[in-house]
Amino acid sequence: MAHKGKVWKFGANIDTDAILPAFYLNLTDPGKLALHCFETNNPDFCLNSHEGDFIVADANFGCGSSREHAPMAIKAKGIHCIIAASFARIFFRNAFNVGLPVIESLEAAEKIGAGHEISVNIKKGEIRNFTTRETYRCEPLPDNMLSVLQDGGLIPHLLAKKNTQ
Amino acid sequence: MGMTITEKILAKGAGLDEVHPGQLIMCEVDVALGSDPTAPLAIEQFKKAGGQSVFHKDKVVMIPDHFAPNKDILSAEKCKILREFSRDQDLKHYYELGEMGIQHVLLPEKGIVLSGHFAVGADSHTCTYGALGAFATGIGSTDLAAVMLEGRLWFKVPASMKLIYSGKLPKWVGGKDLILHTIGKIGVDGALYRAMEFHGDAIEELCMDGRFTMANMAVEAGAKNGIFHVDTKTTAYLQDRTESAYKVFTSDLDADYVETIEFDVSAIEPQVACPHLPSNVVGLSELGEISIDQSLIGSCTNGRISDMREAADVLKGNKRDPRVRLIIIPGSPKVWRQANNEGLFDIFMDAGAVISTPTCGPCLGGHMGVLAGGERSIATTNRNFVGRMGHPESEVYLSNPAVAAASAILGKIGGPSELGLK
Repeated sequence: MAHKGKVWKFGANIDTDAILPAFYLNLTDPGKLALHCFETNNPDFCLNSHEGDFIVADANFGCGSSREHAPMAIKAKGIHCIIAASFARIFFRNAFNVGLPVIESLEAAEKIGAGHEISVNIKKGEIRNFTTRETYRCEPLPDNMLSVLQDGGLIPHLLAKKNTQ
Repeated sequence: MGMTITEKILAKGAGLDEVHPGQLIMCEVDVALGSDPTAPLAIEQFKKAGGQSVFHKDKVVMIPDHFAPNKDILSAEKCKILREFSRDQDLKHYYELGEMGIQHVLLPEKGIVLSGHFAVGADSHTCTYGALGAFATGIGSTDLAAVMLEGRLWFKVPASMKLIYSGKLPKWVGGKDLILHTIGKIGVDGALYRAMEFHGDAIEELCMDGRFTMANMAVEAGAKNGIFHVDTKTTAYLQDRTESAYKVFTSDLDADYVETIEFDVSAIEPQVACPHLPSNVVGLSELGEISIDQSLIGSCTNGRISDMREAADVLKGNKRDPRVRLIIIPGSPKVWRQANNEGLFDIFMDAGAVISTPTCGPCLGGHMGVLAGGERSIATTNRNFVGRMGHPESEVYLSNPAVAAASAILGKIGGPSELGLK
């Protein structure tokens, strides 16, 4: 049974300064970064999002700087997965590298609303919306990318590979 | 089918005869760059992965520039991590205060990135080096850790788009205006995942500094890289900075472009990006009356000697409006010294400016000119997102150096023509 969670909805071009303002870049502890995630851009999310919630956004999520602190903060906040119409490319790489699942789906981004309850099956490429009883397709992730996520990011993945060799 | 300049450099990096858009490849890198906000995380990951020594001590570059000179204790700790790692690893290219400049001003100046290079950096504006005919792109800290370990990284070959600029550039219109105009037309995701390839007779007329400005902001359109072809201006620039051999790549005539856009630059006036997106661009004449509290001239976008001269041309004999703080940040010690030797500092100080040591500082709300709530700055920087330069209720307008200088004098956003300058 795939994990079910509540959706926080964001618009287009959510930049990394909105996710985590630059003056927190000196923090590297994920727990501390989580405290400031969307602090000024969306204080409601910052205060009230829960472990297992989802973010659904329009195009170009994570544009701007290369700061890995941004996906780190979202992951530490407990967000299960981000679905967006598209992602800025550095953010997309960084998210996988820190073990945060990100999925592109224009249809899901358009049809899923704030507060909807959804689940995602990344392996099958399927997004289920329990609020509207719809199902959306997305590109299934290849096994090598899935194992990066399962290991919790690129470095833990490389270490796990090393240990099994 | 022929290949674009970007595809050729990626093919070389991957050791392949040819590559095509969408292909996943593993590339050897020539330069891997880190700075104080991103490198400490990369160093932590490098050590976690069991890293002992970096793949090549001349190819890993560390620059403490964002919050340096150390703005507070936390910044001091981060810069210390860079410094100690660079010493432990015996890195050739670590630059301490006095030699340190804003990384994307410093690396080309020092001849560290050359034409044909494959450069990555844990800073989104690494794409600046495309002005040299290099492939350069931003990555995150974990990717930088992987590169420091192995000297290579996986990439998806981007589709290329061709941007052609024709006509004569009007006075006070330069690289900043061309790239702002372009982002205004295509949007902040108009080049998402793509390579932006810059062409046209107006580009040939543009000085190297203007090309750095344009390549720098390719990421603001979502691009993976921005790239220029090597010409006599490029080779003259490199001649003064390196004795190393470099390779020149050229797009084939039958190369494939996903999109081609043409611009008549003779019709472009100085451009201004309004809050809160770099694509929110209007011509200066359409802007209306916008009073300002601060004018910032500098950054990896416009902190080079041509930018300093352009600002001086406007500031000469003028005085800033008493309500405006004018902050000028030459991008490297070389730019600083040159501006000083050319007498530009007298012009700046007579105009009421403060001149800072090189740093990224205020561009990302770090230090040396952070904005308070309700304040507004004109800036020659690259981003105007909410809270970018400080308080979430402050505002940033982006422009070229001449407009930022003129605005400081006028007390509101305006151009040199409003000061009677031709």
